[in-house]
Amino acid sequence: MSTTCRDLCSSAISNQGQRAADKTSPASLVYRVRMPPIISVSNLSKTYASGFCALKGITLDIRRGEIFALLGPNGAGKTTLIGIVCGIVNATEGRVWVDGHDILASYRAARSLIGLVPQELSTDAFESVWATVSFSRGLFGKPPNPGHIEKVLKDLSLWDKKDNQIMTLSGGMKRRVLIAKALSHEPQILFLDEPTAGVDVELRKDMWDIVRALKASGVTIILTTHYIEEAEEMADRIGVINKGELILVEEKHELMRKLGRKQLTLYLHKRHTALPPDLQDRGLELAADGSELVYTYDTQAERTGITTLLKDLSAAGITFKDLNTTQSSLEDIFVNLVRNAK
Amino acid sequence: MNLHAVRAIYRFEMARTWRTLMQSILSPVLSTSLYFVVFGAAIGSRIAEVDGVNYGAFIVPGLIMLSLLTQSIANASFGIYFPRFVGTIYELLSAPISPLEIVLGYVGAAATKSIILGLIILATAAVCVPLSIAHPFWMLAFLVLTAVTFSLFGFIIGIWADNFEKLQVIPLLIITPLTFLGGSFYSVNMLPPFWQTVSMFNPVVYLISGFRWSFYGIADVSVGLSLAMTLAFLVLCLATVWWIFRTGYRLKA
Repeated sequence: MSTTCRDLCSSAISNQGQRAADKTSPASLVYRVRMPPIISVSNLSKTYASGFCALKGITLDIRRGEIFALLGPNGAGKTTLIGIVCGIVNATEGRVWVDGHDILASYRAARSLIGLVPQELSTDAFESVWATVSFSRGLFGKPPNPGHIEKVLKDLSLWDKKDNQIMTLSGGMKRRVLIAKALSHEPQILFLDEPTAGVDVELRKDMWDIVRALKASGVTIILTTHYIEEAEEMADRIGVINKGELILVEEKHELMRKLGRKQLTLYLHKRHTALPPDLQDRGLELAADGSELVYTYDTQAERTGITTLLKDLSAAGITFKDLNTTQSSLEDIFVNLVRNAK
Repeated sequence: MNLHAVRAIYRFEMARTWRTLMQSILSPVLSTSLYFVVFGAAIGSRIAEVDGVNYGAFIVPGLIMLSLLTQSIANASFGIYFPRFVGTIYELLSAPISPLEIVLGYVGAAATKSIILGLIILATAAVCVPLSIAHPFWMLAFLVLTAVTFSLFGFIIGIWADNFEKLQVIPLLIITPLTFLGGSFYSVNMLPPFWQTVSMFNPVVYLISGFRWSFYGIADVSVGLSLAMTLAFLVLCLATVWWIFRTGYRLKA
């Protein structure tokens, strides 16, 4: 490993995303200090020939064994970032190490650790499933291993399709074939670029199960997605990228805790057309034709103001028959982040 | 060296040949055989010998060369263009494989197919016309060298082309005319002096001349020059391929 990489690795815990992790157990802290990140991206930029700047100085560490979800709107730079790490796109500036191997100087060692499932359903049309998956294993420098290919195909419910031409498969099955190809050489890192784009709900759930099983087997997974639900469901950490800049990297739970806002909804006994003057400018909002009162508050604030609010409502003669609190979803957080970045 | 990858690409490409046997092997063999039937049996008997060689036999090296050039280019260009077209090139670019290994796999397979094709046409010709091979070693050397060189050229075209029309334009509009005008059906010495000089600018003349020499010991230009020209084109193609991978031209964004 180069000195620079070692520096990066040792300084990894100081980045934004990892600060949160440091608050967890001491054992976890020791593990993370000792274990260098499996991927280190340093000051990575990409400007296309058209002049479009797809990435602007991205610095990011991916931890071993985690599921890292990269969120961002269309054109944010997610696929470009993956493309550079995997060797498909040339970076304009910056460096990337995979398990300590520079992706340019030691491309063989770096690439042999990576499996990539691209966003597009790019498959051979006339090859059989078995042939195309075996081809991928060979391409990544591994000797033939029919037992492993069989296991991968069975795990992905492709075994009964192994002799079928790929062109005869459904879109969902083709997506599984792409995953099988990426897993054929037993990678330690798996990039899933929009793995569930355009697949039905059932298949999406299947994909989640597959990803969880891969994580359990020790594979590090980097996932890009438009579906916030997907990141919320599976990711350990979340990175948000917008217009080529990494806006945030954070533990998922920490992110939701820090940025999540809660709403208290009071179901009123009587409809109200307006709030009393004393209660205005308190973050209150009448909803459902005046039969509900919604109070938005920050969970991180020292005082949420709920006690005072309830006291003041009672003093104003506003009574309620029920109440409910809801926490903002990752989707709300994401939308707010991207909106604020504009 | 990632030999598993070279073997994977080679086998993948060869599998495509067997899958498309009609198009890859039978079709060029049939069309070339028709030349032998027409020129060898029907018209050839009425044409005088050329440099002491029966006309039907005289055209055999040129016709093999015609198939070799066009098929080498077609096989290699399609082999690399198709993954680019359907998007599966991502796998090649993300694999732990060097440019040399990629070229060995694709160009090796394309050249193998062309050589098999050339040998089948040669066997077919032997049935139709009286054939002799004066220098078998050099015949094979020219066959292999030309197949490899033009497969490399095809590989370059397959990377340069960004649509199917471009893929076809060089073989159809440049290679085929150059081959027909490169002495496939005649000796360059039969042309008026002016056109003999013009022909010397046609690189295919050197290929056909050298290849014909290996059969009958007759040549339009010296064998050394033929060999040097073929090697020069090989080096030019290798340099271009090296530049392509160094810059990522048409392969990487």
